[in-house]
Amino acid sequence: MAYSEKVIDHYENPRNVGAFAKDDPTVATGMVGAPACGDVMKLQIKVNEQGIIEDAKFKTYGCGSAIASSSLVTEWVKGKSLDEAAQIKNTDIAQELALPPVKIHCSILAEDAIKAAIADYKTRHGS
Amino acid sequence: MKLPIYLDYAATTPVDPRVAEKMMQYLTMDGDFGNPASRSHRFGWQAEEAVEIARSHIADLVNADPREIVFTSGATESNNLAIKGAAQFYHKKGKHLITCKTEHKAVLDTMRALEREGYEVTYLDVQHNGLVDLGQLEAAMRPDTTVVSIMMVNNETGVVQDVAAIGELCRAKGIIFHVDAAQAAGKVAIDLQTLKIDLMSFSAHKIYGPKGIGALYVRRKPRIRLEAQTHGGGHERGMRSGTLPTHQIVGMGEAFRIAKVEMAAENERFAKLRQRLWDGIQDIEQVFLNGDATHRVPGITNISFNYVEGESLIMALKDIAVSSGSACTSASLEPSYVLRALGLSDELAHSSIRFSIGRFTTEEQIDHTIKIVHEAIEKLRAMSPLWDMYKDGIDLNTVAWVAH
Repeated sequence: MAYSEKVIDHYENPRNVGAFAKDDPTVATGMVGAPACGDVMKLQIKVNEQGIIEDAKFKTYGCGSAIASSSLVTEWVKGKSLDEAAQIKNTDIAQELALPPVKIHCSILAEDAIKAAIADYKTRHGS
Repeated sequence: MKLPIYLDYAATTPVDPRVAEKMMQYLTMDGDFGNPASRSHRFGWQAEEAVEIARSHIADLVNADPREIVFTSGATESNNLAIKGAAQFYHKKGKHLITCKTEHKAVLDTMRALEREGYEVTYLDVQHNGLVDLGQLEAAMRPDTTVVSIMMVNNETGVVQDVAAIGELCRAKGIIFHVDAAQAAGKVAIDLQTLKIDLMSFSAHKIYGPKGIGALYVRRKPRIRLEAQTHGGGHERGMRSGTLPTHQIVGMGEAFRIAKVEMAAENERFAKLRQRLWDGIQDIEQVFLNGDATHRVPGITNISFNYVEGESLIMALKDIAVSSGSACTSASLEPSYVLRALGLSDELAHSSIRFSIGRFTTEEQIDHTIKIVHEAIEKLRAMSPLWDMYKDGIDLNTVAWVAH
């Protein structure tokens, strides 16, 4: 299967790979997917006092499109408020990366990862 | 070194230059382009002679009689003709067939088609090493069983089934035994005088011949009869009509002739290359060799790299042409059913790579492959949340994953 240039770029030079310290109270984690399905995404966001996502990191087990989708969303969520980040749609991700129909689930997973990270933040901060 | 390195010889092989050279003599006005079925002139006679020489080369490789070789378009057609042809011809005896779960789709899907026609099929499990359990096979045999179809060499794992023992079981019970030998011919010794095999499928393009040509061995003593699946001019003793493609057949014949001469030396060389590859890779943590370690052909090595996903691994290995045990690349997103049948978890099946070496593989290519594999695994594991969890001592089976 031929990948789009953007997928290859994110795959070859993934942005923001890594992890934050788990015990940092400003950090929230979303992990979605399952190994049996062939992809697991872990997205971490670091949220400042104003409720803005200052930084984001990811680790992904999955195909090139899954890695590219998660790399892309770490770039997109930075500087956004939690509510703004929650507005990111899988269709935007799929369009930006020119994902073929068979890889749309990767963009859905990336959207789910953002939502899971935000939900984790809200649970930890009781709001 | 020329990149990418081709390590997918089990998918197809390049045509050997000696074979291509020969084929070119049967195409143009200057060559023997005639229709082998034309009986009224020299053009036909010469083409027919070339076809018969090729037929005997194919028979020679497997110690059969040339009259037992029927040309087809490839192993897929041979499998269809063998299984459907025998099941339909002998339907009055019974409508039960036996095969196993790791067969090629050309066998499994043919069986499915027969199920829709009212046949009953038993799909045997394989053991963890990929081999069929003979006790299980014998237990599955019934008075109304007409055909058993088991491949000789598995295309994904390279595991070699004990077709000699299976043949004895079948013959003792009067059941027709079909063997898909697409990956076996020219790779392992086959002697159809001693093996109790009734039907055997061959492909040319897996052993340096052209694509689009294959053959089916149909035993004469005891005689096996088939219901034709392609009707027409009654070519190939009525079993497979259609004008014989002389150049393709000549190519297949030459490929089989060369295979007979060079097989022993080639296997010795492949065994060394395979060992070199495995020695270079097995020191990576959480790496597993799939399929039986001894009962397999030296050309195919199937390895699972835990905590790394197969398709991204293929991307990282862009300088080597290999295939993923995970069929993601064929867009079905299902892990390999062959590896699943060996008892591998979905994750491990998703994380496996088939390296298949062949006639033009060099030591230098293997060494470069080892280097690229190490770099790829390191890069992808640094990116893998599963690897982190493994390193933290978390048992992934205890995690509540949300399947999607």
